[in-house]
Amino acid sequence: MHELQPVHDEVPTAEPVKLGRAIVITSGKGGVGKTTTTANIGTALAKRGARVALVDADVGLRNLDIVLGLESRVKYHVLDVLEEQVSLDEALVPDKHSEHLMLLAAAQSREKDEVDTEKMRALIHQLRERFDYVLIDCPAGIEMGFKNAVVGATEAIVVCTPEVSAVRDVDRVVGLLGNAFKPQLIINRLRPQLVKKGKMLSVEDVNAILRLPLLGVIADEPEIIVTTNKGEPLALREEGATASAYHAIAARIAGEDVPAPTVETKESLFDKLGSFFGGRRA
Amino acid sequence: MIEWLKRMLGPQTSSSTAKERLRLVLMTDHLALAPEIIENMKRDLVDVISRYVEVDREKVEIDFEREDRALAMMASIPIIAVNRPTGGGGSHDEKPAKPEAAPPAASATPSTASPSVNAATEPPKRRRRKKQPSSKPATAH
Repeated sequence: MHELQPVHDEVPTAEPVKLGRAIVITSGKGGVGKTTTTANIGTALAKRGARVALVDADVGLRNLDIVLGLESRVKYHVLDVLEEQVSLDEALVPDKHSEHLMLLAAAQSREKDEVDTEKMRALIHQLRERFDYVLIDCPAGIEMGFKNAVVGATEAIVVCTPEVSAVRDVDRVVGLLGNAFKPQLIINRLRPQLVKKGKMLSVEDVNAILRLPLLGVIADEPEIIVTTNKGEPLALREEGATASAYHAIAARIAGEDVPAPTVETKESLFDKLGSFFGGRRA
Repeated sequence: MIEWLKRMLGPQTSSSTAKERLRLVLMTDHLALAPEIIENMKRDLVDVISRYVEVDREKVEIDFEREDRALAMMASIPIIAVNRPTGGGGSHDEKPAKPEAAPPAASATPSTASPSVNAATEPPKRRRRKKQPSSKPATAH
């Protein structure tokens, strides 16, 4: 699959149409939080006033609408648009909270290889004409679904959890993407206390291997699960460490110079006692 | 300081085990994904060995094996003939210095059923390991 190439824009001639950025959010491995990350970054970018389209490229396993709480509003999906059954406008679902944010849902009852790669490329281009950011939620795997999610993208964000299997898969995906997509890394579900106790790979451990620009670190917080249950992305909030981490990611994507991502360790008294008494069991 | 002491004295943490496993698995992955690198290395290796002995290029085999905590390269390079220690076989200035490295049937008789040279970067234990089960933990939540 070494023919993967990001979309390069021709030098603008007469038309002063400024194309938006198309960012594919990928990981290789499933279950690392791509969809939640996509929803939250999209929400955070829209909060900054950017026009954002979220595209669920996980045809057959539609989830982004659920995380955004838009499942009841979805009428048409990406394949309907690709097959010209409906117009793009009919298929785009406006977000509940931000008028800047729109969702193009995946088809639940179809399969990934039904997507026409060239039409997908054209669709993402069409979205880029209308939105500042097009975030594409890539399915797990490195097969056709991955290819179709990547085809219209100009850049990539890779999501990795601090686990051997996830790092291995990200390494593979980054190898497939090559440098052309300028992949940036988000480390998700980090548990600072476990890192401190030597029970989890640290941000440094992971990135010593992947060596990618670090876009953000998201701690494994129960509130992410709670907000996902409710269909209201955490990034809607102004405050809180995790919401702030998403806002910082959005700011970095927008090109702001935000201090390096960190995660704070909230150490409970219990933890302190535990480490005092040498409770270091691997 | 106490942290450091504990680290030195305590058992290996699971995160360092994870790091070690990751390092090995990625080395193996990268090798598997770069057949041309292995081909080039094989060619260079055979070129060097050919200065000293005649090698059956067709039958050269290179494998990578995982020992406990290291990756080892196993090369099987069948030798067809050994140049006379005095002969001008080596194209380089230095004389082939190690005639004792030659196999027993060294008296320049070409033999096809030739012994092989095992080269390994790690202690050359030849125990074949069964393919290890996938290193993925059951699933991530």
